[in-house]
Amino acid sequence: MNSRMSSKLIFEKSRSGRRAFAQAPVDAEASKIPSNLMRNDKPRLPEASELQTVRHFTRLSQMNFSIDTQFYPLGSCTMKYNPRACNALALLPEFAGRHPLGPVSHGQGFLTCMFELQEMLKDVTGMKGVSLTPMAGAQGELAGVAMIKAYHEARGDHERTEIICPDAAHGTNPATAMMCGCQVVEVPTGAEGDIDFDALKSAVGPKTAGIMLTNPSTLGVFERRIKEVADLVHDAGGLLYYDGANLNAILGKVRPGDMDFDVIHMNLHKTFSTPHGGGGPGSGAVGVNDRLLPFMPIPVIGSKQVDGETVYGWLSEDDLPQSIGRLSGFMGNAGVLFRAYVYMRMLGRDGMERVSEYATLNANYLSSRLKEAGFELAFPTRRASHEFIVTLKREARSLNLTAMDLAKALLDKNYHAPTTYFPLLVPECLLIEPTETESKETLDNFVTAMIEIATAAKEGAEFKDAPYTMPVRRLDDVKAARQLDLAYRPE
Amino acid sequence: MPFIPHTEKDTREMLKTIGVDSIADLFNEIPTELKIEQLEHVPEALSEMEISRLMRQRAKMDGSPMCFIGAGAYEHHIPTAVWDIATRGEFYSAYTPYQAEASQGTLQVIYEYQTMITELTGLDVSNASLYDGASALAEASLMAVRINRRVKSGRVLLAPGVNPVYEQVAAAIAGSQGLTFERLPKDVTTGNVDFNSLPEGGDPVAVVLQQPSFTGTLDDVDRMTDWAHANGALMIGVVNPTSLALLKAPGRWGTEGADIAIGEGQPLGIPMSSGGPYFGFMTCKKKHVRQMPGRIVGRTTDLDDNPGFALTLQAREQHIRRSKATSNICTNQGLMVTAATIYMSLLGYEGLVNVANTCHHNTALLADGLSALDGVERLFDGPFFHEVALRLNRPVAPLLEALADRDILAGLDITSFVGTDALLVCATETKTQGDIEACIVAFSDVLASANTNSA
Repeated sequence: MNSRMSSKLIFEKSRSGRRAFAQAPVDAEASKIPSNLMRNDKPRLPEASELQTVRHFTRLSQMNFSIDTQFYPLGSCTMKYNPRACNALALLPEFAGRHPLGPVSHGQGFLTCMFELQEMLKDVTGMKGVSLTPMAGAQGELAGVAMIKAYHEARGDHERTEIICPDAAHGTNPATAMMCGCQVVEVPTGAEGDIDFDALKSAVGPKTAGIMLTNPSTLGVFERRIKEVADLVHDAGGLLYYDGANLNAILGKVRPGDMDFDVIHMNLHKTFSTPHGGGGPGSGAVGVNDRLLPFMPIPVIGSKQVDGETVYGWLSEDDLPQSIGRLSGFMGNAGVLFRAYVYMRMLGRDGMERVSEYATLNANYLSSRLKEAGFELAFPTRRASHEFIVTLKREARSLNLTAMDLAKALLDKNYHAPTTYFPLLVPECLLIEPTETESKETLDNFVTAMIEIATAAKEGAEFKDAPYTMPVRRLDDVKAARQLDLAYRPE
Repeated sequence: MPFIPHTEKDTREMLKTIGVDSIADLFNEIPTELKIEQLEHVPEALSEMEISRLMRQRAKMDGSPMCFIGAGAYEHHIPTAVWDIATRGEFYSAYTPYQAEASQGTLQVIYEYQTMITELTGLDVSNASLYDGASALAEASLMAVRINRRVKSGRVLLAPGVNPVYEQVAAAIAGSQGLTFERLPKDVTTGNVDFNSLPEGGDPVAVVLQQPSFTGTLDDVDRMTDWAHANGALMIGVVNPTSLALLKAPGRWGTEGADIAIGEGQPLGIPMSSGGPYFGFMTCKKKHVRQMPGRIVGRTTDLDDNPGFALTLQAREQHIRRSKATSNICTNQGLMVTAATIYMSLLGYEGLVNVANTCHHNTALLADGLSALDGVERLFDGPFFHEVALRLNRPVAPLLEALADRDILAGLDITSFVGTDALLVCATETKTQGDIEACIVAFSDVLASANTNSA
């Protein structure tokens, strides 16, 4: 990455009357729309040639870190390689060009893939039904909690409005519970990273709608008493929600359904390697057990036999009258689902298990090496799952090296930073997730970079002003929020 | 091993460093009884060559019919450069720009996107996008409740032309927070709002009008907006971005302008792809920005006082505010926004005007041709943009099936929405005069044979 790359806006490169002439119909008759409905101002869109546009956005792309260009150990995000074939095959012209409301007679290829994806996701999660419609993890969460609520309401159990979340949970968990009209009850974490079981005991009761858990948790350790937790919550009349953010850690080894979870969402952009795209699109398919089958969001893909042949079609309101309803304008992020489908078919049955095995191997190797190099692990007595936490509370005190400083220093060494300051309960933390697609050399080089930064700090170097080699230096976040500049408006 | 780089030697050395004998030992904190042996329903692995062949076969099953369906997703020409650049690994495989210094590309794209979409909608500020147009209506309604705190009714009034699926989605997402969605009365001759029988009182929190409407008509946006404001409600406009090349921007509706504009971003360079991924756009007046959900990018300066971009106003969001956040939304639709920004840059305003005019002209040709056939007529009087509803004198579904057999998707059956046998058609700039004539001829054929069969 070149430092000090131009950040001139496309608008500043525009010249009146210039256009990418090949890209729109040349002549168009003016439309016959009454003038009171028409606009009489001219929106300022860029006026640039095709080459200028291509060059501008290519340059911008070069101002990004990405998986394809850097090691990107962002904890909780599973930044694994996104196979190119997944993209190319999802964009085959027939798939990319298919109208969402086109008839099923012109969609059997698409629907076959989606049906098989549902079946594979059921299998790897141990659930009884899957709906592919949620468009992101957070929407999958919303679907999940809405189903839990619908379940209780269908039983006349109207008092159950409390959702229990561990204090280490992703922010989306409590935010989702609120969106579903529930109250949040927070439960603390024990010293070794498991949920505080006694606190949980006193939290459950006749108002408990359910509990939202990530397992392995956001602390990078497996919740060892999961069966007891499940029994406790179920005995109290609540249901268990599995946040699939960390599914990569257990893929093909353990299934949320076998841990007695009632509903789960999967982040296909994590575990099943669909692109993160600079922040979306995601895809948050949900899986449910028998209890919640009638409440799944629609549409779901079903199959039937017609003249000895399998025909795929939509299950909608008539088929699932108790459904929580529709969450997207059509059926969800089909193009993302295609990519996940191709990825799963390329891994195959045995490949699923290898994902969790090598993700776990890489995380434990990296944590062992960092520990050996003098970094402090947040949960040293525990086995790392596919990710782990380093805490810099000692370095912050003695060397004035905070998690933020280390993150920025890593950028100068051409590594994307791990997740910082999450989970909130570990001070000065780095949540590190290497994923299975990184080689031993990459991990070794990363350890070297970490050691170099720590050594430099011990020798008195400060990293308060890092990074130095990026297109910009540290940015003024306070100014960004106080003097809002959210769109280009030249005087 | 697909996508896993470890050699046997690597694995051995790594296990030794960790101090365990096997990979299985790494899972020793998981209770044994929970572990599974074998997945039953995941098939054996395919190579890239094998999966490519399979996917091409499947794609062939779907074919490439000539499509005259709109209804919320539109077939437009997408310049090759759009996805060539958007799928560059540096955009495709980056994540949310948490490390701003290493994500200036994504951040600047979003800032440019925010600029373009506010220009189109005539409003002050935009977020970095939402999931799609339908879910954006849910978020806009919840946002209206936060802004319009004085009003406790939770009643959101929808103009008759709001996409029925948008209503379903908004109710599914926002219903549990006490919001209700009700329809305003419809003028059956125009398909638009019946301004003579609008309800009085009832303290609505927001009014939603879709322009062009689901059935393609154009409503009196000024009158609706002024009515909403006179009744203490916020005005939410649901708009099609292509249409904004021609139609009055929501920010200029009525005396004060709409408060929030949302819509489906798909027409801006996103493939139809069976329904997604698309993106929902959302813009609003500046005074409401702190109630807006989703990511927002701001321009600021760095230590050397050079300009740069960062996520801002994060105190609204779930990762900071947790249960008090404006929404649970995390991601925007970054990759789709990248594509849309490139699309808008390539077309510019003049290009977008040409696309919009061509769509309008083609749809007029198609609608005129079809409504000249016996048993087919325009369902509504009045102006339209690029979709027209047609009333038929017989059930629509069998006709559409017969046309689909000829690889023509002649429109969407909207009988259940309008309560009479009706079809919604759309012809974008991708259709030639020949395509449109072919559709009309086929339609005429199919009608004729239906008449013969029923005679």
